[in-house]
Amino acid sequence: MPAAGSSRPRPIKTKGETMLDRTSAWHGEYILEVDNITKEFPGVKALDGVQLKIRPGTVHALMGENGAGKSTLMKIIAGVYTPDGGEVRFAGQPLDVRTPLDALNSGIAMIHQELNLMNWMTVAENIWIRREPLNRLGLVDHGRMRQMTAELLGRLNIRLDPDQQVGELTVAQKQMVEIAKAVSYNSDVLIMDEPTSAITEAEVEHLFAIIRDLKSRGIGIVYITHKMNELFEIADEFTVFRDGKYVGTHPSADVTRDDIIRMMVGREITEMFPKIDCEIGETVLEVRNLTLPGVFHDVSFQVRAGEILGIAGLVGSKRSNVAEAIFGVHPAPIGDILIDGRHVQITCPSDAMGHGMAFLTEDRKESGCFLILDCLENIQSALITRSHVKNGFIDLRTVAAKAEEMAATLRIKTPSLRETVENLSGGNQQKLLIARWLLTEPRILILDEPTRGIDVGAKAEIHRLITKLAAQGVAVIMISSEMPEVLGMSDRIMVMHEGHVSGFLDRAEADQVKIMSLAAK
Amino acid sequence: MSDASMAAAPRRHRPMMAELNILLVLVGISLTFEILGWIMQGQSFLGNWQRLSIMILQVSVVGIIAIGVTQVIISGGIDLSSGSIVGATAMISMSLAQAAGYERAIYPDLTGLPVVVPLLAGLLFGLLCGTINGVLIAYTRIPPFIATLGMMVTARGFAKWYTKGQPISFPSDSFAAIGKGMMPVFIFLVVALIFHVALKYTRYGKFTYAIGANPQAARVSGINVERQLVRIYAIAGLLSALAGIVVAARGLTAQAGMGTMYELDAIAMAVIGGVSLTGGRGSILGTMIGMVIFGVIISGFTFLRLDAYYQEMIKGVIIVAAVVADVYRQKKRKKA
Repeated sequence: MPAAGSSRPRPIKTKGETMLDRTSAWHGEYILEVDNITKEFPGVKALDGVQLKIRPGTVHALMGENGAGKSTLMKIIAGVYTPDGGEVRFAGQPLDVRTPLDALNSGIAMIHQELNLMNWMTVAENIWIRREPLNRLGLVDHGRMRQMTAELLGRLNIRLDPDQQVGELTVAQKQMVEIAKAVSYNSDVLIMDEPTSAITEAEVEHLFAIIRDLKSRGIGIVYITHKMNELFEIADEFTVFRDGKYVGTHPSADVTRDDIIRMMVGREITEMFPKIDCEIGETVLEVRNLTLPGVFHDVSFQVRAGEILGIAGLVGSKRSNVAEAIFGVHPAPIGDILIDGRHVQITCPSDAMGHGMAFLTEDRKESGCFLILDCLENIQSALITRSHVKNGFIDLRTVAAKAEEMAATLRIKTPSLRETVENLSGGNQQKLLIARWLLTEPRILILDEPTRGIDVGAKAEIHRLITKLAAQGVAVIMISSEMPEVLGMSDRIMVMHEGHVSGFLDRAEADQVKIMSLAAK
Repeated sequence: MSDASMAAAPRRHRPMMAELNILLVLVGISLTFEILGWIMQGQSFLGNWQRLSIMILQVSVVGIIAIGVTQVIISGGIDLSSGSIVGATAMISMSLAQAAGYERAIYPDLTGLPVVVPLLAGLLFGLLCGTINGVLIAYTRIPPFIATLGMMVTARGFAKWYTKGQPISFPSDSFAAIGKGMMPVFIFLVVALIFHVALKYTRYGKFTYAIGANPQAARVSGINVERQLVRIYAIAGLLSALAGIVVAARGLTAQAGMGTMYELDAIAMAVIGGVSLTGGRGSILGTMIGMVIFGVIISGFTFLRLDAYYQEMIKGVIIVAAVVADVYRQKKRKKA
């Protein structure tokens, strides 16, 4: 085992001891043990002393809300991240992996949500990539590769043609290929990240049959999901994480659905939300039966002046797509949008802005900030598309003065507005984007994850600001994956599940369990 | 020129840094030639006004193209068609600029036309080519590299087809005046000034930088990204055509092969001048310095009587070095 660059302890090998085959040397109860792992990112403790223990020949579900730390842990096991503390043991030995390939070679295979197959190559080529059987001349022996693939697929009861191009397969079939590939490495642990998120019911049954078969071969399976019914159907045990912390591990036969929901959401609301009740006026924005085929269907809701409408839902609930449709980023072809009771056509963001809308996007790096430009350019970008231009020249003096004022109001911390935005902290970048939209004086403000990945202090400031805007009569739509935020800030909560509105909750009646049962179905 | 928006912002001259660095490179290279000049030739490189003015004259035609290319690269694209548009425009404008009474004129009935005719015809042609580039890139979403590569081959073919390969000569005096003396340098300076102002103080410029920095964010900010891209490429085509007219007027003749490789020289000037190939960063000022660096290197090698072959090889090395420097700068910024 190569020396680790980290502070993790390495196995001690005394003189004369032989390096035994890992499985024969190991007689422990758990094939994979995650012990007290901690991982911190700037401003966030993604994992705080979590544990996870996988027995061979079992399916172990790992559950938790968005941001509970499931993916971070998987990335640590796969060697993408190095933990700040703690240890991962595989077959009783400390695991030292730094790349996914290391993990694979040590006997841990991972099937990511986004499948990593090469679409233009055949099933056989995908499975044996880098390990192709060669003939005497050192060329790839396609005949033997085909035969090996057929045998492997036959063993797993997967009916696929080894010569078929992977690009022609369905998502479920691609998953089968990934599983076959994992098995071909003789992996002892198979990690599956939400494998059913993109496949049909019938395909799920087939997948489960294969999982049961793998289980009977003694493979330990980590099954990441937040679907409750799957847990009861396939998992022997489950572990729940919440906000980067370990909550508990139980056999799935011993618990009820409600127990698990409570474990997933049962945090105390520690952050303070400055929500004040303010006067709620007329309906400003109404959405009727908005549908983007294949993405979301029949979304209808209203927002009134001074109201904060929270939109809750899990990953894949398509909340952001609804927001993008309303703002004209990806317009929806079916349904109506009414502003002040009048039908409007919104085909591009500029149209939406013309109707007094502003949209803080979910991913500030992807579609929010101009990272390489300075603060001033970032703040003014929306404003100058619609006003402050005389004879073709931007009224830079006025714009800069307004930007300065807004930056001061929002207390954006930067040495100057000439500072490049990528040098700012996440919280300040977020405030900068809010400043961009506030300068356009919107009447309808759509916020998609307004406080994602920013520290507690900045969060509270942004919350205060949102409340203040609502008090001034702005209609606010706030998409958030953080339960306390949705509960603390919203007058009403709309819950979405896989592209459909699954219910509305009033501020008074809403609680975490109710939201979760609407969101997880 | 003071930056108007700085009036309200605290004074920290960060944006000037990039240009300052490039200026230092220019000074360094010039001094190197000066020293080598005294050692190898026993005379001064910089202390020769005539040499310097010829040098500027040589690069200012490509400089006009480089201005257009600069805004294309800032928007995150590339334009490979400039050199071919130079060739095609030279042919078109010269065919309409032939002196009155010249018997073997391309259009015997259209000699001695007022100078605006060839000028407008040439510019419109460039504008058209650029618009086609822009529409292809913005609406079909093919990569700029491919769209402008297509235009590069097509426009060159057009230039050759136009007279079946025959050169066109004998322009009217007023047309020839466009390329006389230091006129190309003057035209370059006017173009540079216009685009310096446009990129810094107008919506056109702000949108260009925004698209290069993050097209998605630009779109969400309400910028019509497609329309802006068409404008950017159309203007690049227009400036290539202007360069084509100047080249033809200066040479008193037009040939289908004119402007070959100009696109690469123009891109090189911009890149040497600190315009980032990943988009969103760069300035006209930088490109102007890049252009002078380019000129100094060429004229320096000639001055040292080094073989022309070395010049090309060194040119290649410098272009790659400039891009490596850009990548390195970005890495350093990310770490900071």
